[in-house]
Amino acid sequence: MAMPAQPRLAVFKFASCDGCQLSLLDCEDELLSISERVDIVHFPEASRRMLKGPYDIALVEGSITTAHDRERLTEIREQSRFLICIGACATAGGLQAMRNFTDVGDYARAVYPHPEYLSTLETSTPIADHVAVDYELRGCPVDKYQLLEVVLAFATGRRPQIARESVCMECKARGNVCVLVAQGQQCLGPITQAGCGALCPAYARGCYGCFGVKEQAQVGLLIDHLRARHGMTLDQARRSLRAYNPAAEPLQIIALECDEEGAAAGSAGSGGHDG
Amino acid sequence: MTGKEIPIKAGLKTRRIDVGYLARVEGEGALMVDVVDGELKDVQLKIFEPPRFFEAFLQGRELTEAPDITARICGICPVAYMMSAVHAMEDMLGIRPEEGIRRLRRLLYCGEWIESHVLHIYMLHAPDFLGFDDAITMAREHPDVVKRGLRMKKAGNDIVKLLGGREIHPINVRVGGFYKIPEVATFTALLDELKWARDAAAETVLWTAGLHFPDMHRDYEFVALRHDSDYPFSEGRIVSSRGLDIAMAQYPSHFSERQVPHSNALHSVRKPDNTPYFVGPMARYNLNRDRLSSATRKLACEVGFDRTIDNAFESIVVRALEVFQAFDEAIELIENMVVPARAAEVVPAGGGVGMAATEAPRGLLFHRYEVGDDGLITLANIVPPTSQNQLTIEQDLHDLVAANLDLSQSELTALCEQAIRNYDPCISCATHFLKLQLRHG
Repeated sequence: MAMPAQPRLAVFKFASCDGCQLSLLDCEDELLSISERVDIVHFPEASRRMLKGPYDIALVEGSITTAHDRERLTEIREQSRFLICIGACATAGGLQAMRNFTDVGDYARAVYPHPEYLSTLETSTPIADHVAVDYELRGCPVDKYQLLEVVLAFATGRRPQIARESVCMECKARGNVCVLVAQGQQCLGPITQAGCGALCPAYARGCYGCFGVKEQAQVGLLIDHLRARHGMTLDQARRSLRAYNPAAEPLQIIALECDEEGAAAGSAGSGGHDG
Repeated sequence: MTGKEIPIKAGLKTRRIDVGYLARVEGEGALMVDVVDGELKDVQLKIFEPPRFFEAFLQGRELTEAPDITARICGICPVAYMMSAVHAMEDMLGIRPEEGIRRLRRLLYCGEWIESHVLHIYMLHAPDFLGFDDAITMAREHPDVVKRGLRMKKAGNDIVKLLGGREIHPINVRVGGFYKIPEVATFTALLDELKWARDAAAETVLWTAGLHFPDMHRDYEFVALRHDSDYPFSEGRIVSSRGLDIAMAQYPSHFSERQVPHSNALHSVRKPDNTPYFVGPMARYNLNRDRLSSATRKLACEVGFDRTIDNAFESIVVRALEVFQAFDEAIELIENMVVPARAAEVVPAGGGVGMAATEAPRGLLFHRYEVGDDGLITLANIVPPTSQNQLTIEQDLHDLVAANLDLSQSELTALCEQAIRNYDPCISCATHFLKLQLRHG
């Protein structure tokens, strides 16, 4: 079934900072022409008009952290022809998924005087853990030009042109000095998906992995290298793996290996939240 | 979205306004107003944004990680979160960055105030005054106005992008300074557009001053930073319109968080009498008008705003004046750029207790950290502006509804929503400590 001339687009939010959907409003030069290309029928952050589905394209920001949100997501899936996850929360649980590696009760007691009032799940999970998704766009936050590309691609019925290579490729293309090899900085670029334009190395700092892990990344090898050659401690390794995309499986696996190594060495626990 | 009318009895005497999902605010909130027998019984601003536990997962992280982590509390004002964390850690470790760094930080603040305020003025608040659902619909009748706003917003974002690396969750801010100082020529390249934008900001002030403001004057206690010479961003003392004048570190002694029986939300209040207070552009403006640039003061006089503003609906004009001020200062900072000798001060080892308050676009933002000798955070406390304004917002709504019971349901609902948006509430920010039971409309 072909897309209508002006597809109906909806934006939904779960646990998040609003930054990824804000990227749409940050398309200052393109916003008015986007609104002619697609009919933005549900975008509460921007409009009082909130039309019911069905929707041709649903952009979903945020992770699932409450039972109610889980139900709401199921309804959105039923109403949406294409469901697109935008950002680290929707694709890899977001920072709030650090709770997945501890007792969420401890977290609630640390922040709230009456944690019994909270209705929250033990975990923060990506959208794809609950419903089928049609596309995942990475980043904390997403890159607004990549977001435009994905929306326009789905609106015209073609595959989005989004690179799946590592940050290193963008870094070389940009002509940056390698902060890892040449400067000895801790950099997650080799295992992190491109999309930011190798921003951190361009500003003379190591990549901290906010675009999430790339496909077939050698996470363990990089961490071993950073620990052997660049002074990364075991706790730093755990912290860098459990940060902006903590629910991403390849990162979880190596973080768990770090936990086991720490426990075996009798030094577990110094990492605070994960101890 | 229009409020659902749930008639308990016929007529206007007994009714409920139930806005199940507030539009054009950042985050997820709802509004519930109950009127019984012509008497206003209850007003609740509900927050159902799920908690994300930032203060908990900051524990055990390195102090140098706090800026990047706390940025993620809010996609609209990440710079404010980063800078509050940076200042708190620098306070703890005795780091005093050089003048060039201080000026670049002010420039970054200008950029964020501009993008955040212009977003609110043109895309979130103005549609209320002019009766549109959103800026996109508004653009069909007022294309030049909306295009002007978008271009101004971009000019602010371009500052954040150059100095911060990107508009949302910048990557170039660190404890001690920046990772890299961009070339001077890349800043001066922004000047032409910033000068256009300053003129556009002056037009924005005139345009917003011509809007119709619902009549609502209340006796607020305004709270904001006040600096010796500059309009406040991240330095100075905490002062109020009722005589408070304290160092930032005294904040916990004068403000506290209180649980309110009618909702499960925590509200910030002034000690000792648990009274509400008001933070944000209007508070800053009322307490620091003498710190505005001469050009901003002149503009304020032209529109009759050289006075204390006590009608929160007029906050849209105050935001526009702050946008002008921010463009004016950004131009000055670039034209007289002081290039720092180094990008950042060295961060010494160690820990302690550090506190800082900065002026986020929406108002005072307080951070307090305890850090062990190993440099790991052991305790974090963050008080965002929207939490501090929440009680004041509810009281505004209370007075407003009581005075406007003769309005139709849809008119009263729209007025209430507009009144909430006077504060540009950022619910995403507020929810790592606000909590409410789920109650969807």
